[in-house]
Amino acid sequence: MSAVAHNHNDGHGHDDHGHHHKETFITKYIFSQDHKMIAKQYFITGVLVMGFIGIAMSLLFRMQLAWPGESFPILEAVLGKWAPDGVMDADMYLALVTIHGTIMVFFVLTQGLSGTFSNLLIPLQIGARDMASGFLNMLSYWMFFTSSVIMLISLFVEAGPAAAGWTIYPPLSALPMSQPGSGMGMTLWLVSMAIFIASSLLGSLNYIVTILNLRTKGMSMTRLPLTIWAFFVTAIIGVISFPVLLSAALLLIMDRSFGTSFFLSDIFIQGEVLHYQGGSPVLFEHLFWFLGHPEVYIVILPAMGIVSEVMSVNARKPIFGYRAMIASILAIAFLSTIVWGHHMFISGMNPFLGSVFTFTTLLIAIPSAVKAFNWITTLWKGNLQLNPGMLFSIGMVSTFITGGLTGIILGDSALDINVHDTYFVVAHFHLVMGISALYGMFAGVYHWFPKMFQGRMMSKNLGYIHFWITAIGSYGIFFPMHFVGMAGVPRRYYQNTAFPMFDELTDVQVLMTVFAIITAGAQLVFAYNFIRSIFYGKRGPLNPWNATTLEWTAPQEHIHGNWPGAIPHVHRWAYDYSKTYENGDYIIPDQDFVPQTVPLQENEEELNH
Amino acid sequence: MTTLLILTVLVLVAIAIWQMTKIFELSQLRAETSRAEIANDADNNSNGYLMFGFLIFIYGITIFSFAKYSKVLLPEAASAHGGGYDTLMWVSFAIIFFVQTITQALLHYYAYKYRGKKGKKALFFADNDRLEFIWTIIPVIVLAGLIIWGLYSWTNIMDVNEEDDPLIIELYAQQFNWTARYAGEDNVLGDASVRLIDINKANVLGIDEADPNGTDDVIVKELHLPVGRKVNFMMRSQDVLHSAYMPHFRAQMNCVPGMITQFSFTPTITTEQMRLNPDVVEKVKRTNALRAEWAAEGRPDSDPWEFDYVLLCNKICGKSHYNMQMKIIVESEEEFNKWMAEQKTFAETLLSDEPETGAAPVAIGEAEEILEEVAVEEVIEE
Repeated sequence: MSAVAHNHNDGHGHDDHGHHHKETFITKYIFSQDHKMIAKQYFITGVLVMGFIGIAMSLLFRMQLAWPGESFPILEAVLGKWAPDGVMDADMYLALVTIHGTIMVFFVLTQGLSGTFSNLLIPLQIGARDMASGFLNMLSYWMFFTSSVIMLISLFVEAGPAAAGWTIYPPLSALPMSQPGSGMGMTLWLVSMAIFIASSLLGSLNYIVTILNLRTKGMSMTRLPLTIWAFFVTAIIGVISFPVLLSAALLLIMDRSFGTSFFLSDIFIQGEVLHYQGGSPVLFEHLFWFLGHPEVYIVILPAMGIVSEVMSVNARKPIFGYRAMIASILAIAFLSTIVWGHHMFISGMNPFLGSVFTFTTLLIAIPSAVKAFNWITTLWKGNLQLNPGMLFSIGMVSTFITGGLTGIILGDSALDINVHDTYFVVAHFHLVMGISALYGMFAGVYHWFPKMFQGRMMSKNLGYIHFWITAIGSYGIFFPMHFVGMAGVPRRYYQNTAFPMFDELTDVQVLMTVFAIITAGAQLVFAYNFIRSIFYGKRGPLNPWNATTLEWTAPQEHIHGNWPGAIPHVHRWAYDYSKTYENGDYIIPDQDFVPQTVPLQENEEELNH
Repeated sequence: MTTLLILTVLVLVAIAIWQMTKIFELSQLRAETSRAEIANDADNNSNGYLMFGFLIFIYGITIFSFAKYSKVLLPEAASAHGGGYDTLMWVSFAIIFFVQTITQALLHYYAYKYRGKKGKKALFFADNDRLEFIWTIIPVIVLAGLIIWGLYSWTNIMDVNEEDDPLIIELYAQQFNWTARYAGEDNVLGDASVRLIDINKANVLGIDEADPNGTDDVIVKELHLPVGRKVNFMMRSQDVLHSAYMPHFRAQMNCVPGMITQFSFTPTITTEQMRLNPDVVEKVKRTNALRAEWAAEGRPDSDPWEFDYVLLCNKICGKSHYNMQMKIIVESEEEFNKWMAEQKTFAETLLSDEPETGAAPVAIGEAEEILEEVAVEEVIEE
């Protein structure tokens, strides 16, 4: 299998973009408008920095859950006055849970994941010089950076950061007297998220326009790699649903600061009646989850796209059911906007609404099942190259199935009654969207690292260590957690010692915490591998995984405009792996893949597109 | 100041290291491309076997968790609808485990079986309409069954009505405790609103003193329920969202400021009977063994435990969310009536209207006017 770069220069001179601007340090590394640099900026801010903080927080509160009341010097060192004598304060516990959720869902898995890979791959895989608007793209990143900084600043305000849960339901989030975190901390949270939403919208609009308008010649929508389809649809749901969160945030700001009553009514707190009249917290829940539910698909769809691509490349087989995969992405996206009520079965809304949402929610299992079966079939009779990216892809399918199946219970309004807001929910969504999306992200990093850093490759052996510890650790944390939830333990409890019926679960808590610490340790291996490989990674071949897609035809050195000469044209879909003539010979002799740039050969049958 | 200095030094050191690596990088000759970081046959082999091992691990942790943790699950449901709930739960779990076992086996077995080998030819298999139809239609059928069954249960459970002479109880939530209000002799709750709360007169739930339905209401801090009689809960919250979670009865509903939410169930097992349930007896034994150990270590609150039903708060509500609970006692009709006879009515607990010198808070006078409208609205809602 030799990697052959096929360059078909059709002499479109006007495409040429070889000339180079003189770039200073600032325009190249800081206020860069180049999509590849912006992708790296997203990854370092969103995943390495914010991800580190988010995961570290989870370890702190896992320690509190496993050993309540025990004194840990590390807690005092990190939390200061919030952990007097090394015992975490109850308010700080809630703050950590809240910020962990916010950071992981929004900063790491939304912009960290989408921002990195949409930016890196969209222009490279569709054959474009850059995003439709490099300037908006830069603005999007810097707004994301600003919102990250504000979120981090909120950790240091005197009364503590926001602590009302990542869903910030009012009145708890609206009334500063209900908890200390609902003062300045919550204001900063709202400001940070408002900027975050603007950043996400700018990014999404850019992705949509780029995919629709800048595809190279021959790249029809049905020849796009599934990564691009996933990013495209993700951006669309982002544009549809994020503005609704902005309106919820704005109305909450009004209630908090200007005395309106959108979400508040009939409140008596700390000895006095407040003036609020006529609002409803249930309205906030509707607005929040109108974004909140599509949000989990915003998180998981890019991971699904990456897994489809990485799995197909490494299986040396076309993805099974390409069109069914696109159809299921579209079906999931559509259904994702009409299922938000399943978070609110027992919120006090009319039970009839609950019935409707149960129906739509369980429907979403169908396209999800199709995807899972298609991935499994993609492995069947393949020639699996078990690179770290491939392992994470297989791991993603495994956790997606395990976590997704319990959704059948939570999506059923009747069954939800007794497991709602328990650890069963926590176990479910961590597996199906947290761990799965992270696996998708890791698969993408190992796979496209050479594209990010001039052909350098990450160490595969460290990658294997990272995968196997993470895979075992994740199940070790979240599998037993289902039982904790089924035993009736509510989430967001600072400790479970107030209920003797939960005493015998202490063992399980310790087990989960130990697994969590080990698994987090494995992420340090990844961080080390990533940073070391930027400088010392071995330089691989131009197309290390023998992939068909366009990004591997671009030179390893990053140049503005991606291709030094003309943009390559596309003549086939992205999945011609192991394609043969009827007599069993590969289309290109001795090579088990046909790059998208190779025209259809004589006697070759064009399939599926 | 020292912190700032240390930070500055750290930043400078980081910059120095970065510059040094840059120099180092530039001084290196352009290295040959290497295939060292791409999986070879040995990697495929070892990771293929590990994939198979991982399948065994998944089955192992499933079996381990069931063997070791099944006992921590909630005991038999103590409400009339709970039995049906548990059946639906176990049927759903049976389906889940069936699918889980098969799909994980296929996924990991294929990963092992088809691990790569140099020169091996993969099968170009891009599409098969029949296969895709099969695995679309099977979930459709299974889910249709689950949806119909689930919706049937849901509609029954959530149908709060006045049939069968239900006992009417208000559950009142506040940071961080619960209060229950029984409707009294007439079984009709008096109107209430937070704007009528008058601490000076011990009217903590804001019951309308002018409403005759309210005078016989009984306000308590411990929930007693007669076995076998349907209970309709009317839930209110005075400050933030709370959720009334009664896991042993498979019952939960949020308490929302500004509205009255409802849930209804019939308790079927008394506290005394539940304490004799073999699962509960075992659980209490295990728990008390653990608590005896803790007591020996000198931990506080490690007295022996006796089983009781409990109402928990299950919606984040602030600092003491983790300890917002109320004891529930299910007892025979006679015991319940006896207990109820001992309780004071709202009229009896209300302090006389002699305000201690000084005006009552101004807000209350104003509020009462607005309040009449609110009370009317609430009556309509009920």
